[in-house]
Amino acid sequence: MSLASASLDRAGRPDRGLNADALNADARREAHGLFALLSPGLFLVFAVIIVPVGWLFWLSLFDEAGQLSAANYARFFEQASYIKTFVTTFKVAFFVTGACVLFGYPLAYMLSQLPRRAASICLIFVILPFWTSVLVRTYAWLVILQRKGLVNTWLMDLGVIGQPLPLANNFAGVVIGMTHIMLPFLVLPLYASMKAIDVDCLRAGMNLGASPAATFRQIFFPLSLPGLASGLVIVFVLCLGFFVTPALMGGGKVIMWAMRMEQTTSLYSNWGAGAALGVVLLAVTLALLGLFHWLLGTRVTGVWSRR
Amino acid sequence: MSMENALPISHRQRLWLYALGGLVMLFLIAPSVIIVIMSFSGSSLLEFPPQEWSLRWYESYFGSLEWRDATVVSVKVAVMTAIVATLLGTAAAYAINARTLRLTGLINALLTASLIIPVILIGIGTFFLYARIGLNNTLTGLVIAHTVQALPLVVLTVLSGLRSYDMNQEMVARSLGAGRFSAFFQVTVPQIRFSIVSGALFAFITSFDEVVVSLFISGGETTTLTRRMFNALRDQIDPTIAAISTCLIVLSIVLLSAAQLFGRGR
Repeated sequence: MSLASASLDRAGRPDRGLNADALNADARREAHGLFALLSPGLFLVFAVIIVPVGWLFWLSLFDEAGQLSAANYARFFEQASYIKTFVTTFKVAFFVTGACVLFGYPLAYMLSQLPRRAASICLIFVILPFWTSVLVRTYAWLVILQRKGLVNTWLMDLGVIGQPLPLANNFAGVVIGMTHIMLPFLVLPLYASMKAIDVDCLRAGMNLGASPAATFRQIFFPLSLPGLASGLVIVFVLCLGFFVTPALMGGGKVIMWAMRMEQTTSLYSNWGAGAALGVVLLAVTLALLGLFHWLLGTRVTGVWSRR
Repeated sequence: MSMENALPISHRQRLWLYALGGLVMLFLIAPSVIIVIMSFSGSSLLEFPPQEWSLRWYESYFGSLEWRDATVVSVKVAVMTAIVATLLGTAAAYAINARTLRLTGLINALLTASLIIPVILIGIGTFFLYARIGLNNTLTGLVIAHTVQALPLVVLTVLSGLRSYDMNQEMVARSLGAGRFSAFFQVTVPQIRFSIVSGALFAFITSFDEVVVSLFISGGETTTLTRRMFNALRDQIDPTIAAISTCLIVLSIVLLSAAQLFGRGR
């Protein structure tokens, strides 16, 4: 009988038959069964993410003497080193996001215009780095950009420069390395949205006499903006909390938000301060994603399924 | 194929676009290629192209007990994560797909929380929690933490498989007398197995490449490969890491190709 009950239940029809009670009980059992399937996963997420993050939030409300206070948050405005960290983080995020748009838009556009077969071959160039360890890619950039690295050696051999350029262990190195890591996060959603643009719209524009450039500017580009915005938000948000590349390529000079959190907790064991940093980071992240959701009415996370 | 690109713009007019796109593709792929080539260098100077070739960095990787132990830990954790995350994720995806539960929004938000919450916060929070319950520096702790990271990928992959599958087939099997479980395993699973396998592969690679959380919660005998690599890179640029990196790149290629092949079987 479970089959009949399931279909009735699914249709959402109120059941007033003779065996209504039995059917309702069956539907309830079905719902319980489905919830039982969900519960192990939900429990793990709850235990390992929600509980610790909530706990950190609670910790951030107390000062070192154990008194309830806003001291952990107040110091963000008072201490110059914190302000410097925030400025650096946003600066890196802006530069990396900008570079990703600059490099990612033409690539996504090209991919969307290529025939299917060629596009799927070229996509490998985006997906393979995407699935390669962040550590491996950061190491590669260290090797390429360091003082006696590939770029400097080649440029010096060619006589372009006399002295090695400072490319690694500084701001430039962090931006270059992070751009490489973030690029696929922009290209993949952007490519997907460009693929969804109806070619007939473009053809209509051209039939009506628009030049290729005008068609792009007036039809294609505006239609690609939601995809671009989606990729942009993802990249920016990921940059704000990024740890590995700045920690390895910043040379100790580029201190970003996540590094500051690691230092405060691991080095100085100041859990309240580190937790407060985390709470603000999470708040900024959620605010940006929420703003995006509110403005465009689509979720950003959908993009992840392409990974 | 020609229909979808029937715009009256010739390839020649698009040369600049291909050149630009090609350069960006080069930027994306060059680091991996350079590391693979350098890993076969005979010198410790990391010059490119290498003057002499050798396998010494591979010998140094496989010959070192520390690196080998770390690799074994990572493989163990990744295999267990793949198994646990696939089981839990497939079960969750099945329940979500039924669409009869309330609070679907909340359930989705919870399951995908690890994609949105900054991973550094998860790392510190997990360390803090594990310190209280004695799970730091344990395989169990690592598997649990990595499972939570991999879960959303499995759920999304399996869900996309279920969406293109007609659930009525399972209903038919049940109306013909099959039990819930046998209907699922004999009718549904064979048809969504490609998504399940892809999800498992993604879970494996997510765990194997995970750095930030492992940095906090692994150590001592359970130091993961990525944690050891991270610490080694903080000190100096050891060419052994080029050999390890090459192995990781090959692993990514193999797993991605496997996922692709399974996907094509659909």
